Amino acid sequence: MAAIADTVESVDLADVSLRDLNQRLHEASPAPRWHVAHPNGAHAVAVGIDADIEVEVDGHVGYYCAGMNKRATVRVRGNAGVGLAENIMSGTVVVDGYAGQSCAATGRGGLVVVRGDASARCGISMKGVDLVVAGSVGHMGAFMAQKGCLVVCGDAGEALGDSIYEARLYVRGSVASLGADCVEKELADEHLTELRALLERADVPADAADFRRYGSARRLYSFDVDNAGAY
Amino acid sequence: MCGIVGLFAKTPDVEERLGSLLGDMLAQMADRGPDSAGIAVYRDPAPVGATKLSLFSADPDEDWSVLGDAAVHASHALVVLEGEAAEVQARVRAEHPHLRVMSAGSRIEIFKEIGDPRGFVERFGLAAMSGTHGLGHTRMATESKVTTEGAHPFSTGLDLCLVHNGSLSNHNRLRRMLRREGIAFQTENDTEVAAGYLEWRLREGDTLQAALEACLVDLDGFYTFAVGTADGFAVLRDPIACKPAVMAESDDWVAMASEYRAIAVLPGADAAEVWEPAPAQVYSWERRGEASPVTRSLAETGV
Repeated sequence: MAAIADTVESVDLADVSLRDLNQRLHEASPAPRWHVAHPNGAHAVAVGIDADIEVEVDGHVGYYCAGMNKRATVRVRGNAGVGLAENIMSGTVVVDGYAGQSCAATGRGGLVVVRGDASARCGISMKGVDLVVAGSVGHMGAFMAQKGCLVVCGDAGEALGDSIYEARLYVRGSVASLGADCVEKELADEHLTELRALLERADVPADAADFRRYGSARRLYSFDVDNAGAY
Repeated sequence: MCGIVGLFAKTPDVEERLGSLLGDMLAQMADRGPDSAGIAVYRDPAPVGATKLSLFSADPDEDWSVLGDAAVHASHALVVLEGEAAEVQARVRAEHPHLRVMSAGSRIEIFKEIGDPRGFVERFGLAAMSGTHGLGHTRMATESKVTTEGAHPFSTGLDLCLVHNGSLSNHNRLRRMLRREGIAFQTENDTEVAAGYLEWRLREGDTLQAALEACLVDLDGFYTFAVGTADGFAVLRDPIACKPAVMAESDDWVAMASEYRAIAVLPGADAAEVWEPAPAQVYSWERRGEASPVTRSLAETGV
């Protein structure tokens, strides 16, 4: 079996259509390892996988790469455009470069790792995904986040965690501003343990003790008549 | 939706191929804007005391020879006429009222037309155009008619132009204000208002940097702007940054586009530095003399 597992399916998007690649990844029993060459910024590369496979994409990708990913590990050796790993269910998505806006949006599970910076609205409406960013994140990170963790090793832009329900936000650098109902919280032992495990899984060298934790003040959960004027 | 591309040559080889490369970039953005396409290229400065005009005629049988030595590109023609820009434009408008002046200046040339962007690249012969830098746009109209005049780039004054991805909400009020300031408009298009706004700010003495920063205060809506100048170009995204933009720089060129796939077609794109411009910051490149041919500046606007 080892011999089969070591075989890598190579797909060159300069020769093969994106639809062919995605359909092959969606077969009942796809090959265990894939190498995708020349993505050249194409949208929707390696989306909708539901299999225990590994896909390495060698270059920059466009929008929605690895969207809806389930179980698979997708690595992008380059930058990713808008909506990386949107609605990821499980598995792992790693980007060596930068990620565009709204990465890991609405993600329900799994792990998304961005080794460079992530742009605005990363982890928007996240529902259980863990997102680890080795660099900095743009404005409105974890907007309306509901569950999961956002780890930022660099700085966070304006309005971090705006309108957050739940989810744990860990930031090592500065936070330009906190969004509505997002507050700094104590970094207790249980959080340090969680953060260390996340950094290790993401293979990001950082000391958990250097981070600060942010989360929901839970003041927006129910209607407050004093806020009526704001609607 | 709309697509934007920009290319700034850092080597003579890229200058030689500028139109061809810009056309390749534009074709990649065709499905972001299938309604219309347009470019501005900067090249062949007019002699001192003369003005270069890009003119458009809706008449396919237009006799351009009455204007003298005109270089015809499909529905457009380039003419270089003796005289200062204001006087030359007034003369053409008076003598040939059916013609539209798409651009005026020393180096700028604007070509734009309705229809599929790939067809535009062929019809206007982009492959044969050289230039120091250029901008392009593919349009998916959302708020005004699909017409040649409504296509981008829009002239914002001598040797200046604007391309825009997004939409502005307060363009009617701004248009009324700018008309009182003497700025003329040809369409009901929102981007033309942004172009007129920049023209007004620059006329009032703003630098390009200051004029773009003023956009952050006075324009309500979504935008990624690319502004072409005689010596380079500038890029600005609104503070919310809903509209995409990617920038890249190699040893041979600087490029910006709505999406990376438009940059991927450039030679050496694999090895280029690629990044997303931050919201509410002005990025600009320009040529400054021989010793330091290319200068990149990034200013924090603090808005």
